[in-house]
Amino acid sequence: MTTELQKTEVTDFAVDWDHTDATWVADPYPIWEDLRERCPVAHTDRYGGGWFPSTHALVSEIAHDTEHFSSRTVVIGNGRPGEGAPPAPIGVAPPISSDPPFHQIARRIVLPAFAPGPVNALEPRIRDLCKRLLDRLEEQDVIDGSSNYAQYIPAGVISLLLGFPEADEDLFREFIHAVLEGVDEPDQERRMQMFAPVRDYVLQQIEDHRENPRDDLTQYLLNVEVGGQKLSPEHIFGTVVLVLIAGIDTTWSAIGSALYHLATNPNDLKRLVDEPELLPTAVEEFLRFYAPVSMARLVKEDFDFHGCPMKKDDWILLGFPAANRDPEVFPDADKFIIDREHNRHIAFGLGIHRCAGSNLARLELTVALEEFLKRYSTFELADHDVRWSQGQVRGPRKLPLRILS
Amino acid sequence: MKVSIDADRCQGHGRCFNMAPDIFGFDDLGNGYVLGDGVLTSETLDRARLAQANCPEHAIAIEE
Repeated sequence: MTTELQKTEVTDFAVDWDHTDATWVADPYPIWEDLRERCPVAHTDRYGGGWFPSTHALVSEIAHDTEHFSSRTVVIGNGRPGEGAPPAPIGVAPPISSDPPFHQIARRIVLPAFAPGPVNALEPRIRDLCKRLLDRLEEQDVIDGSSNYAQYIPAGVISLLLGFPEADEDLFREFIHAVLEGVDEPDQERRMQMFAPVRDYVLQQIEDHRENPRDDLTQYLLNVEVGGQKLSPEHIFGTVVLVLIAGIDTTWSAIGSALYHLATNPNDLKRLVDEPELLPTAVEEFLRFYAPVSMARLVKEDFDFHGCPMKKDDWILLGFPAANRDPEVFPDADKFIIDREHNRHIAFGLGIHRCAGSNLARLELTVALEEFLKRYSTFELADHDVRWSQGQVRGPRKLPLRILS
Repeated sequence: MKVSIDADRCQGHGRCFNMAPDIFGFDDLGNGYVLGDGVLTSETLDRARLAQANCPEHAIAIEE
């Protein structure tokens, strides 16, 4: 990451949290445990000012409270969103960036595409994609579970869904990096520049769909009418960018984290290989334990939240992964229990912004693991140089695996 | 005993119809609903309770 300004190291996350701090990126769980006991709503002056609730109850309360908290911007950047930020209720990438009442309209447009019916119909193609990726890795003793396997699955699925050329997958990865991992770039203008290629690419793909209509999600967004009117170009653009950005590194992270877990916990790996019927239950525990995604909210107006003097436009980092480790809700929360039966995890969020792609993500994770385990029944870390992504999506970006059998 | 889903709470997480597809279905938006009259038998009760315990939105109720 290029940063002109030297970031200062965090000494107390209760009063100066930073989700891009090296300690947090490497292992955030002890930090969250400490905060839950000592200071359930942590504060920071970084990023223009923000709050981090670390308990399940507080995360749930904020996720369900659209009166005090806006989704206008869901990725924390440096500084407060200025006057130039797109206004609520539509926001830059509907429906994730929309508030009620517009949110419901925007969400109803995308939900049918991600409902179990159409999603489950993709299963054979996802399985085929996983098999082809594994074929490519045949005969190699050491593979990278993240960059050789996990990342290509959602990238392939999303390009299929949107009707974008499969060959452009490498571009997607650069885009995601620019949008999601460049969050500590202090120069706002530079961040805008980082986004320019994404904008140009997506506009070009949408234009191509206008000229050569076909049957995919992009085309559906171009054709769909709400109240007799087609969607505005900004709305179409925003939703396409949302699917592209939110649909790839999230699932990539979930698949990578599950492989990381199995590589470092041979008993769980053996159990899953011996009892494949356990996979649906295990998938939910992977999602709880390694929940990849945190979202952001903005405080709408000055108000007091459980004694915290929140100011208009303060950030809220909505840590679903932290909520998933709260012992008040999950017994032995910091223990991975592969057959955990009661698992009310919130990896996909809560409330009206529940991840619209959750059915697809769950299917990809399930099929990716099934196919991987069919091919490789024992594997371990080839070395301990595992690199985790920084920002609001957490997953291994470097995951060297040694295949044993 | 009868199971029901509070449609105002349900956000379509899909846990119920994934773990108990004989008790719960999904609509075209992916939200869950109870199939049939929701009356539970000795065969379905345990799985309905399991779905209830896994719903992130606490949207499932079982009337004893």
